[in-house]
Amino acid sequence: MPDATLSQSAFLTLSGISKRYAGVRALEGVDFACERGKIHAVLGENGAGKSTLIKIIAGVVQPDTGAMRLDGRDVTFATPSAANAAGVVCIFQELSLMPDLSVADNISIASPPRRFGLIDARAQRRRAEELLAAIGCEDVNPLMRVRDLPLSRRQVVEIAKALGKKPQLLILDEATSALTSADVEKVYAMLARLKAEGVAILYISHRMHEVEALADRASVFRNGRHIETFDKGRRSTADIVQLMIGRDIATQYPPKPARGSPKPMLAVDNLSWDKSLDRISLSVGAGEIVGLGGLDGQGQKSLLLALFGVLRGVSGQVTVDGREVRPGSPAAAKSVGIALVPEDRKTEGLMLPMSIADNLVIASLDAISTGPLVDRARETEAIKRGIARLQIKIGAPGDAVATLSGGNQQKVVLAKWLMTDPRIILLNDPTRGIDVGTKQELYRLMRELADQGAAILFYSTDYDELIGCCDRVAIMYDGRIVRELEGDELNETNIIASALNIDGATPDTPGAAHA
Amino acid sequence: MLDDVAIRIRQNIGIVTAVLLFSILYLLYNLAHPKGFSSAVLVQNGDEIFALAMLAMAQTVPVLASGLDLSVGAVMTMVGCFASYLLTGAAGGAALHLDIFGLHLGLGTFPGGVSGILLGIVICLAIGALAGFVNGCVVVYGRIQPIIATLATGAIYIGIALFLRPTPGGKIDEDLNWALTNSLGDFAATVHIFDDGAAQWFAPVAWIPVPFVLLVLIALLVWVPFRRSVIGRAVYAVGSAEGAAYMSGLPIERAKIAAFTLAGFFAGCGGLFLAIQTSSGNADIPQAGAYTLNSIASVVIGGTSLLGGTGSAIGSIFGAMILRVISFFFRIFDIAPLLQPLFEGLILLAAVSIGALGVLRVKNTLELFR
Repeated sequence: MPDATLSQSAFLTLSGISKRYAGVRALEGVDFACERGKIHAVLGENGAGKSTLIKIIAGVVQPDTGAMRLDGRDVTFATPSAANAAGVVCIFQELSLMPDLSVADNISIASPPRRFGLIDARAQRRRAEELLAAIGCEDVNPLMRVRDLPLSRRQVVEIAKALGKKPQLLILDEATSALTSADVEKVYAMLARLKAEGVAILYISHRMHEVEALADRASVFRNGRHIETFDKGRRSTADIVQLMIGRDIATQYPPKPARGSPKPMLAVDNLSWDKSLDRISLSVGAGEIVGLGGLDGQGQKSLLLALFGVLRGVSGQVTVDGREVRPGSPAAAKSVGIALVPEDRKTEGLMLPMSIADNLVIASLDAISTGPLVDRARETEAIKRGIARLQIKIGAPGDAVATLSGGNQQKVVLAKWLMTDPRIILLNDPTRGIDVGTKQELYRLMRELADQGAAILFYSTDYDELIGCCDRVAIMYDGRIVRELEGDELNETNIIASALNIDGATPDTPGAAHA
Repeated sequence: MLDDVAIRIRQNIGIVTAVLLFSILYLLYNLAHPKGFSSAVLVQNGDEIFALAMLAMAQTVPVLASGLDLSVGAVMTMVGCFASYLLTGAAGGAALHLDIFGLHLGLGTFPGGVSGILLGIVICLAIGALAGFVNGCVVVYGRIQPIIATLATGAIYIGIALFLRPTPGGKIDEDLNWALTNSLGDFAATVHIFDDGAAQWFAPVAWIPVPFVLLVLIALLVWVPFRRSVIGRAVYAVGSAEGAAYMSGLPIERAKIAAFTLAGFFAGCGGLFLAIQTSSGNADIPQAGAYTLNSIASVVIGGTSLLGGTGSAIGSIFGAMILRVISFFFRIFDIAPLLQPLFEGLILLAAVSIGALGVLRVKNTLELFR
């Protein structure tokens, strides 16, 4: 719904923008506008279309339909540099820095100061110092390589780099997620200054208190559609949450069994790692499906990787079936009965050019071998069983796994791990990019495995799925578990409220993180 | 400011290590050599080092952009074969002709004398750069991985070299040979400057080998400006994170083509010198292969990461010199030359191991595979 009041003074106007990725709708008929001298927050759940929206504005992807007007002129941006040239600058979540180049090099990468046609290193360094000073981060030495900086400093460099392009429209996509609270204050001050200079600012953040503190206006997106735009103070936090949830076609989930008090199969105590896991304690009983919820990137993936032995320098205690384990590699984790369906099935889950059969047995070769040789008869038998158990739709087992659809590929990953008879199954967003039918099969299978005694830890970005599948859901925020929900408490409002950490609570861990 | 120096040293630790290692090895060599610390020894070493040093520089540029150029040895050989026709220096010029498919085509007379030699040098270097440019275009527009693209083009360049010189032969102007492969004093005497090199002020520098001066000149006049140009910066950026380079609006394709073109130019310099040094053109296939492999070794020893993005051609020069000095040792200590590859291999392994120490600090082991 276009807002007539906006379009007159708008700096950037989008009308009727739609975008599909491989048939999946990302944005549908979006009308949107933002003004100079205003901070405009863009809100929405995971997958609501926010990132597609800013990618279109910043020239990273092109819309299928619709028009974009900037400062009264029709524009199309074929590349990010075309957008930059028009004054549209985006600070992306995934950093756009070159790790081997110095801070000064990175800040001036697009148009370095030159003398006699060559890059003037001294001027470039001064420029870096000025820009870093402008956001109050003089402590970063421009000579340092970006590779050698901690994540929070890299983000500062990214912001300085964007400022150096003299933006007319500045987009911040979760640009403060890795910053320390002291730096966040400095960035706020910088945004206020830019706002006073008449720069239009689009601010994407999952931190509600940030949005409340900063934004003059907010737009809510849901399922690829623009739902509503309102001025600061016109909507309560509860209203906003309700707008973000909306209602959707319900998916069918298998019934949850009555819960007893299962003995813990996996118990995690005080687990910490680097900056992304902060004293996590959690237990998963045999026969239980425990969900990991919260916004993307709050440490859920690191937790799964830590349990699977991928991370080094993990502190805390992990017990499997009452015995303490300390897996140092995925192979070691496998040997104590842990399986992980990883985040990216194309690179970490499967060997795409290899056959379906090879992929299926690759994690359980020991079980079908006699000495060093793979027993062909047992292999064939195992492959047949795996395909039948998950009802994987294939041509021939010898086909490359790359030829399968996403859903069937994911089934192959799961079948591969089931062949190892795992006691603990870790799932990292296994239904992402999978059709509804296959999703339901996976839900049923998860419940079946739990009923057979497996402990399942299930991370998903889809709240609906967490509610439908899980016996309990632990919500993570900033590397901590902020709340565990079960029974009637387990509903969307509670999940989103905890995920956004609206109460700003730092329960059970006094002095944590942003102290 | 002391901080800045420390940062620079830490960031260039590979090059610093290579320089130190070379200095120690070369000092030991001169101490052990009966005629150590003499101009004659320096000149001989300079001649032996130059071509490999140029190929090491050549290899560095594509490696910085995360590519590998397997054709540098072939480009060197091809340019050398061209040089053996164009740099004869014959007073009346040289008649060029092409025998192909049974046809005999006269190509006119290539000028002789000094101007002819200078023109020939320019043409030879241009041929090297052109070969590199072709490599770049195949990689960028053909979307073929550099390693396989240059394997193919390298075979083509060797083919051209064989066509030009089925058997070793040709001729290089003797004065040119003498002037470039000896000391500055000999150079001055040959081209009749500075009172034929006898000028009083000239004496303190007359002992310096010409190849050494050429190396410094090429590094200062070609490499340093390139490193500080926008396109050179883009080469580093592409090797460091191509996606980020794209998102920053850098000319990625131009950077890659430039990297291969510059590689061709450097390889051409090496080929030209080798031809001048040996006074002939020789389409020597094993030699081309050995030079290519040694250029990669030099790059690694010189502190450049094969993953791209970090390192410098200056480091590679020292890498090449280290490889060569090791072989000098075999001569003076009278050790069986058959052991040379073994020791070179050990040195390479040690150098690579130092570079791999960073792996121990990675906290997310999954990152090792990305």
